[in-house]
Amino acid sequence: MYQYDQYDQAMVDARVEEFRDQCQRRIEGKLTEDQFKPLRLMNGLYLQLHAYMLRVAIPYGTLSGRQMRALAGIADKFDRKYGHFTTRQNIQYNWIKLEDAGDILADLAKVEMHAIQTSGNCIRNISSDHFAGAAADEVADPRPYAELLRQWSSFHPEFSYLPRKFKFAVIASETDRAAMRLHDIGIQILKNDAGELGAAFYVGGGMGRTPMIAPCIRQFVPLDQLITYSEACLRVYNRYGRRDNKYKARIKILVHELGAEEYTRQVEAEFAHLLEQGIEPPLAELARIRTYFEDPAFDVGAADEIDRSDPDFAVWVDRNTHPHKQAGYVSAVISLKPVGGIPGDATADQMRLMAELAEDYSFDECRVIHTQNIVLPHVRKADLFAVWQKLEAAGLGTPNLDQVGDIIACPGLDYCSLANARSIPVAQRISERFAANGKGDTLGELKLKISGCINACGHHHAGHIGILGVDKKGVENYQLLLGGSEAEDTSLGKITGPGFSEEGIVDAVETAADVYLAQRQDGERFLDTYRRIGMEPFKEALYG
Amino acid sequence: MKILTGNDLKTGAVTWWNGNGWSLFVDDAADAGEDAEAIIAREEAARRVNAPYAIDAERTEKGVRPAHIKDRIRGLGPTVRPDLTLKPEDPQAVREVI
Repeated sequence: MYQYDQYDQAMVDARVEEFRDQCQRRIEGKLTEDQFKPLRLMNGLYLQLHAYMLRVAIPYGTLSGRQMRALAGIADKFDRKYGHFTTRQNIQYNWIKLEDAGDILADLAKVEMHAIQTSGNCIRNISSDHFAGAAADEVADPRPYAELLRQWSSFHPEFSYLPRKFKFAVIASETDRAAMRLHDIGIQILKNDAGELGAAFYVGGGMGRTPMIAPCIRQFVPLDQLITYSEACLRVYNRYGRRDNKYKARIKILVHELGAEEYTRQVEAEFAHLLEQGIEPPLAELARIRTYFEDPAFDVGAADEIDRSDPDFAVWVDRNTHPHKQAGYVSAVISLKPVGGIPGDATADQMRLMAELAEDYSFDECRVIHTQNIVLPHVRKADLFAVWQKLEAAGLGTPNLDQVGDIIACPGLDYCSLANARSIPVAQRISERFAANGKGDTLGELKLKISGCINACGHHHAGHIGILGVDKKGVENYQLLLGGSEAEDTSLGKITGPGFSEEGIVDAVETAADVYLAQRQDGERFLDTYRRIGMEPFKEALYG
Repeated sequence: MKILTGNDLKTGAVTWWNGNGWSLFVDDAADAGEDAEAIIAREEAARRVNAPYAIDAERTEKGVRPAHIKDRIRGLGPTVRPDLTLKPEDPQAVREVI
C-alpha cells in the first residue's frame, strides 16, 4: 500500500488545522453559511437531511486494517456506530456534528486519510479495479498509476475550480470492473504491439441526468506522458466547459457538443504544447510509487485445493471469490448486502472484523468495491473456510456477489437532500422478495442498481435492471430501466415505460426476471437475453 | 400553515420554529404565517439555525404534518432505521410519514 511521505502528511495535517479553524469561525459567526459552504464541501462535509454528512476519501478503495479500524472508531466516537460505503469506493458518515469535524479529520490524518476533494468542482477520489494487483487477467497493477494521478490531482491549483466535478477511473485489464467508460476520464493501462505499457484514454463518459459512454480519444499514451495527457484533457475542459449551467457543465457535454474529433484535436494541440513545458513527473517518481505496490510475500507452496464439503461454504466460494494471479490464493468478496439489509452499510463492529480479517488473512489489506462491498484481495484458499465462518457469524457471509440481491442503492430520500424518492427500502423489498421465492438462486448474474434521483449515484443507467426514483406530485414513483452495463460491454439502460409505485416496482422487477427465466437460452445472463430479444417482451409482460 | 425548519448550526440536527425558538420535534412547529421570511432572516443572522426555509404543513389530530415527504422524513428520521428516528418505540411512525 502507498504510505505518506513527509509532504503528504504535512499537507493533510495543515488542512486539518485550517478546517478546524474554519469550523470554529463559522460557529462563532465570523463566517456566514454562504462563505463557509464551499470551504466545508472542499473537506467533504455536506449538510444532508438529518445532520452533517462527512465523506471520507479512500484512494482506489484501498484500506489497511489500521485504517479500517480508524473508520470504525469514528463511527463509534462521532457517529451512530455505522458507516455507509459508497459507489465511489468511499465511506460516508450520516450523523456528524460540525463541532466534531476537526477532531474527526485529525483522527483520519493519524492513519493517512482525509476527506479532501470528496466534494466540490475538483478532481475527486481516483477509483480503480478492486482486484488490482491480484487479478489473473491484468496486464499491470493499475494502482501505481491511480496513485500518481492522486498525487497530481491533490490540491492541483489549476483544477480546484473546474466547471464541475471530475472523476477518474483506472483499470489494467480487458475486463472492466470499475465502470471505466462511465467516468469523466477512464484510463485503461494496456500493452501495444511492441509489448510496451501505455494508456488508452476514454473521455466524456458519465451517468447523471445525461448519461454518456466515453469515446476513446487516444489508443495509446506512453506511460511517461500519462500526467501530461491528463493535464491536456483537463485544460481543454477547464477552458471551454460550460460554467453558465451546472446541468451542462460536465466534460461529457463538452465532448458531445464539440464532437469527440474536435475535442481530441484540441487536446492533442494542448498536449503538444505541454510536452514542451516538461510537466511530466520523472519516471523515477512512478518507480518510487510502484515499490509500495509490490506483491506481498505469497506462500508459493500454498495448497490450490478448497475443501468444499460444507455446501453453504461451497456456494459462497462459487459466488464470492475471484481468481487470483498466485496459485493457492483467491480474492474474497465480503457482501454488505444481507437479505433485507441496507446496501453498503457496515456497523463499527463489522468494520473491526473486516480489519481483523485483512490483517490475519489478506496481508493487511482490504478494498472497497464500487458495488458497495469489501474485498480481501489476497486470501489463501486454505484459509477461506475460516474466513467464511467468521463472516457468517457476523452477518457478512451472504453469497450473492453480482446476483439480484447484490443491489447498488444510493442513500436516497432517507438521507440525501437531493433525492426525490427512497432507494433503500426498494432494495430491501426486492432482496427479500427474491430470497423468499427462491428465484434469486436461479437467476445467475443480474446487476440491479437503484438511484433516488437523476444524479444517478446508484448507477441506475448501468444496471442490467435499473430503477430511478422520481417525485410524482409529491409521491414517490419508480421508473424501470433494462439493459444497462458498466462492464467492458458498456451500455445504457432504456426506460420500459410508465413508472411504478413503491410496491409496484418490486412486482415489476419480478415480472422482468420471469420474462428472462422463460426466454433465456443456455448460458445467457439476464443482460444477454435482453439484448437478444429486445424490450418488447418485457413491456408486454409489464404493461399488457 | 406555514412552518419553518432548518438545522442546528453546531450539531446539524433538524429543528423546527416553535414560535419562541427551535425545537427538535416537528409537532412543536408553529405557524409562522406572513412572518416567515422575517423570522428566517433574524434567526439565521443570530446563528440560532442554519439553512432555514419555510414549508407548507397541516395540523392533524396526530400532530404537524409537512406537505412534502422529504420534510416528513426530516421530521422523523430515516425510515429504514426506525431505531435512529425520534420515535424508535412507535412502529407506526415510519408508515405515517410515507
